[in-house]
Amino acid sequence: MLDRLREPWTDKRAGLMLGALACFVLAAIVFMLVFVAIKAWPSFQHNGLSWFSAKGNVDQQLDAMVNSGPNPSSADYQLGAWPLIYATLLTTGLATLLALFFSLFSAIFIVEFAPERIRRLIVPIVRLLAAVPSVIYGLIGILVLAPFVGSSLISESQKSDVQFVIPLTGTGLGVAVIVLAVMITPIMIAFTVDGLHSIPTAWREGALALGVNRWRAMWSVTVRAARPAIIAGVVLATARALGEAIMISMVAGSKGFSPNPLDGLTFLFEPLRTLAATVVEDAESINAPSMQASLYAMALVLLAGSFFLSLGSWIIKQPLKKYGTRS
Amino acid sequence: MAVPTRPSTQSAGLPPLPPPRSPGKKREAKKRRVNESVSTWRLTDRIGYVIMWAAGLTICAIGVGIVAFMAFKGVQYLRPQLIFSHPTVDVDQSASGGFLDPLLGTLLITLIGIIIATPIAIAAATWIVEYGRPTWLARLIDSGIEIIAGTPDIVIALFGLVLFQQGIFSWMSFTAEGGAVFGRSFLTAGAMMSLIALPMVFANTREGLQAIPAHVREASYALGKTKAATIRRVLLPSVKANISTGAALGMGRIAGDTAIIVVLLGASLRLDPSGSVPGLNVLKGTGGTLTSYVYNNSPAGEGNAAEKAYAAAFVLLLIIIALNFGVDLIARSSAKTGLETSRLGAR
Repeated sequence: MLDRLREPWTDKRAGLMLGALACFVLAAIVFMLVFVAIKAWPSFQHNGLSWFSAKGNVDQQLDAMVNSGPNPSSADYQLGAWPLIYATLLTTGLATLLALFFSLFSAIFIVEFAPERIRRLIVPIVRLLAAVPSVIYGLIGILVLAPFVGSSLISESQKSDVQFVIPLTGTGLGVAVIVLAVMITPIMIAFTVDGLHSIPTAWREGALALGVNRWRAMWSVTVRAARPAIIAGVVLATARALGEAIMISMVAGSKGFSPNPLDGLTFLFEPLRTLAATVVEDAESINAPSMQASLYAMALVLLAGSFFLSLGSWIIKQPLKKYGTRS
Repeated sequence: MAVPTRPSTQSAGLPPLPPPRSPGKKREAKKRRVNESVSTWRLTDRIGYVIMWAAGLTICAIGVGIVAFMAFKGVQYLRPQLIFSHPTVDVDQSASGGFLDPLLGTLLITLIGIIIATPIAIAAATWIVEYGRPTWLARLIDSGIEIIAGTPDIVIALFGLVLFQQGIFSWMSFTAEGGAVFGRSFLTAGAMMSLIALPMVFANTREGLQAIPAHVREASYALGKTKAATIRRVLLPSVKANISTGAALGMGRIAGDTAIIVVLLGASLRLDPSGSVPGLNVLKGTGGTLTSYVYNNSPAGEGNAAEKAYAAAFVLLLIIIALNFGVDLIARSSAKTGLETSRLGAR
């Protein structure tokens, strides 16, 4: 047996070995889906579709689960997760919009307009921003941004307006969106730069030859042609934002509350908690069966969301292949 | 911007095309561009141009600001004894010890994760590029890795918890008297961390393999080498730089991940060995890393010791910057824009 292992591998055996290791990845995905779905089932079973609706106070429901003991009754599984889902959609959506704005313009800057000296500075910075751990972003958010917002931007009248509903301390939607946008901007810049580079230079030169200025040529020819790549980048960055747990749990105020856009500017200061942040914060009480089922249900929703976003980016990227461009 | 040279396609009846531009002409073109004044542009274009500069400079300011701020706080609070002393539980920041254990935890978990991830990622990339039959399976694995790359780390953590609480994995973590498997240990957390690093190693290795021209393989076959020997002796050695790039990036991701540590490693203050076998008992035990230390010492955690959090975060940032610097050293020659998506962990 050992002798057989020592002799050089035949092609077929090498192919089988490598293929088996590659299939390990598929096994991991299938197991992940199956295990998480099995664990999540009780929560959906007891709640039905009202799991996705707003009923009662989420924080109280989760607290009740912690205290429900090893044999919870059906009432202990009660959960209306809408405030958490709404918070996830809100932070992800706003951060993606903000990051799209910044990343699109910065990518144009990097690709076409930046002087060589600034380009040599900004590219490592973007790479560094992509590599900084989320916990450091969270630390800066909670120790620098949130106190600043709490003491300087929120007026006393705003605090007293809503003090019976929710206390405003600085941590909340606005800080979370800004920090989250900073986190996902580098990814979007990378995709946009990639997309802009993949458009043939001759197209832009054609526009220049027709007499438009450099900005107009970039904006109306290259950016327009690179739209699928840009949108694919946006979708993948959205997936990243969707699953961000630690940073959000640090800077978003950690209240199961639905900020109301009708509150005007106060809306930006209201605390909230996303699905991922809830999972990470309540993970220590995961031994209570009802809590466990609820957390796995949230994880399943996140998993489904990121899966559909991956699928979406794949579909969006298809038109790009028409041009014969990369990625 | 490189000016493409055009082969002069002269045909009868047409006036001859101008000859390909020479480097001397290039300088002239550049000069003309400087003369093009933004003030002659339309208002909307000028607004866009200004926004673009503002966005670019804002990114620069944010990056420099974060690094400068963390460096300032780090220098302010980081003391050598913090790195070399064990943490203790204390309300007072001056008595709660250092972060030797979390630092060791970070190194240990990074090592375990990358040791598991690298072989699998290399095997998957090699199989897809060099074998790739049946095609549907190759495509499935390719999208599978893309899905793993997009899966939130908190979901991976919960998956690890349920997976390693199964009886057959009881050797990997602490087992209670009733037979319940705890599921939290360095081994289990490292195994799940490998899923985070895997897409990065895979993407970089595949990129490198695809960039090898076909004639290299053909030359090897012509010398009578088998396909397996070609992969082993020719292809893998020539993508060594790509593999190390991917591994370094993956290590950066592992070192910076918090959610898996909090759920799957227990995020305790000290390394907490389990069992009696030396070496294995640490791997089977729980512990914490720098990320969980920062999280627990921030106002969001129980510790609420901002000075310790800043100091640990600075050390963590130094590790990340060192890994990034390593990537730059390895990949300097092959980098095109410096912003390839495979280098930022998003494909």
